[in-house]
Amino acid sequence: MSKLPSWKEMASGGIIPKGGTSHEKDVSGWRTYRPVHDMQKCIHCLRCWIMCPESAILTKDGKHAGIDFAHCKGCGICAQQCPKKVQAYTMKLESEFKKG
Amino acid sequence: MSKLISLTGNDAAAHALRQSRPDVAAAYPITPQTELMHKFAEFVANGQVDTDMILVESEHSAMSAAIGSSAAGARTFTATSANGMALMWEMLYIAASSRLPIVMPEVNRALSGPINIHCDHSDTMGARDAGWIQLFCENSQEAYDTTIQAFRIAEHPDVLLPVMICYDGFIISHTNEPVAMLDDAVVAKFVGEYTPARKLLDVDNPYTFGPLDLPEWYFEHKRQQIEAMRKAPAIIEAVGKEFGALSGRTYEFMEGYRMEDAEVVLVALGSTCGTAREAVDVVRESGIKAGLLKLRAFRPFPIARVRSALSKARVVGVFDRSVSFGIEGGPLYHEVRSSLYGGTTPVLPFVYGLGGRDIRVEQIAQAYRTLDEAAKRGVKERDVEFIGLRDA
Ligand code: SF4
Ligand code: SF4
Repeated sequence: MSKLPSWKEMASGGIIPKGGTSHEKDVSGWRTYRPVHDMQKCIHCLRCWIMCPESAILTKDGKHAGIDFAHCKGCGICAQQCPKKVQAYTMKLESEFKKG
Repeated sequence: MSKLISLTGNDAAAHALRQSRPDVAAAYPITPQTELMHKFAEFVANGQVDTDMILVESEHSAMSAAIGSSAAGARTFTATSANGMALMWEMLYIAASSRLPIVMPEVNRALSGPINIHCDHSDTMGARDAGWIQLFCENSQEAYDTTIQAFRIAEHPDVLLPVMICYDGFIISHTNEPVAMLDDAVVAKFVGEYTPARKLLDVDNPYTFGPLDLPEWYFEHKRQQIEAMRKAPAIIEAVGKEFGALSGRTYEFMEGYRMEDAEVVLVALGSTCGTAREAVDVVRESGIKAGLLKLRAFRPFPIARVRSALSKARVVGVFDRSVSFGIEGGPLYHEVRSSLYGGTTPVLPFVYGLGGRDIRVEQIAQAYRTLDEAAKRGVKERDVEFIGLRDA
């Protein structure tokens, strides 16, 4: 992490002084499970895009275009919301991806 | 031009609030603050002030609403007493750490239990570390003047801290006294417009209010609050002086009475100072060189000023209207003694007036005699002396 500011440089009152800063923060370390998306199964209804609390579902031209893993916290809401007949997501333990 | 009218402390504070033209008031009634908000609500209902009144369901909500309103960019006040402030507790800290210049008359009343509605300072003393500026008043005039100054102090960019105006329940809040009121226009000009550097309603400049402050940040934010408190004394003094130029009543950090050659000095807060002045005169007749040091601010506490004001005293007594259980003497005593640390002047504790127990001239005169005797006998330290307690 870059050098943190001193109290003299910081905005007062405990605020975050500008908007959009959550975009800069990598929260991938929060994940226990990782949603693995299968583009073959996906019907691009975008329910997961609407419901994801971290806006981590990426889209392009109105279609599912992958997951922003710097901001996905692994809550599994996308997998829950994906239509039962589709089931495009599998939640996998994050530790499985760190092996090797 | 100011005119002299008869007002209770609560009515005087209500007028000061009206003249300061707050945007928002959020409050819940509690004795002895109730009449203050009655009066203010009447001003709102009569169209004499253009303030949005939020009638909340508890004091916790009152302070929460005040925080939201102040963060949105509105000049905001609330008012309370004792258990009402106790219910605000967690929000007091959030108001201060969010650096919101909320103004709050706090009509001093004993904290339950056992339940009691009369004056002591246990309520505000408990909140001394919440990060609020605490100014004490001696009478209705000071309640009026201090409320007006509170907005200027709180909203000063070097300060940006909430301010509590502490005045004694019933003794000040419900007693009619002559009060010199300034014209509305004069107060409006003195207090000025509130133009916060940041406000949540400024949607073109978004920021996040109240986010989680983890270990890498929290300490720095506390350091900023400490800095604001360190800067506050100069602002309190400057505002008091400017107010003096306007009204003829200059406010300093503290006020001495017959201190020029005083050797036996009492330090006190609030309405008792008026009674103590009489006692000074009484014991001076019998040759005791008595003096009184009335403190106006308890937070920030003026350590260096107290030390220099007491530098010539032979003995100092401190009058606390609250207790700290498990240690001798009350909060004021501990601060005064800390101020004199390293010196040889004995500082002796007194506790009086808990739960509204009356304090009279003769009792304070007796305290001066006790102090004089103690100094003669070379007493350096003793347990607290209780004034007016049966079988003390
Ligand atoms: S797991 Fe949660 S955070 Fe991650 S993409 Fe799915 S809904 Fe969004
Ligand atoms: S909810 Fe399922 S089907 Fe719909 S877009 Fe998301 S992954 Fe594709």
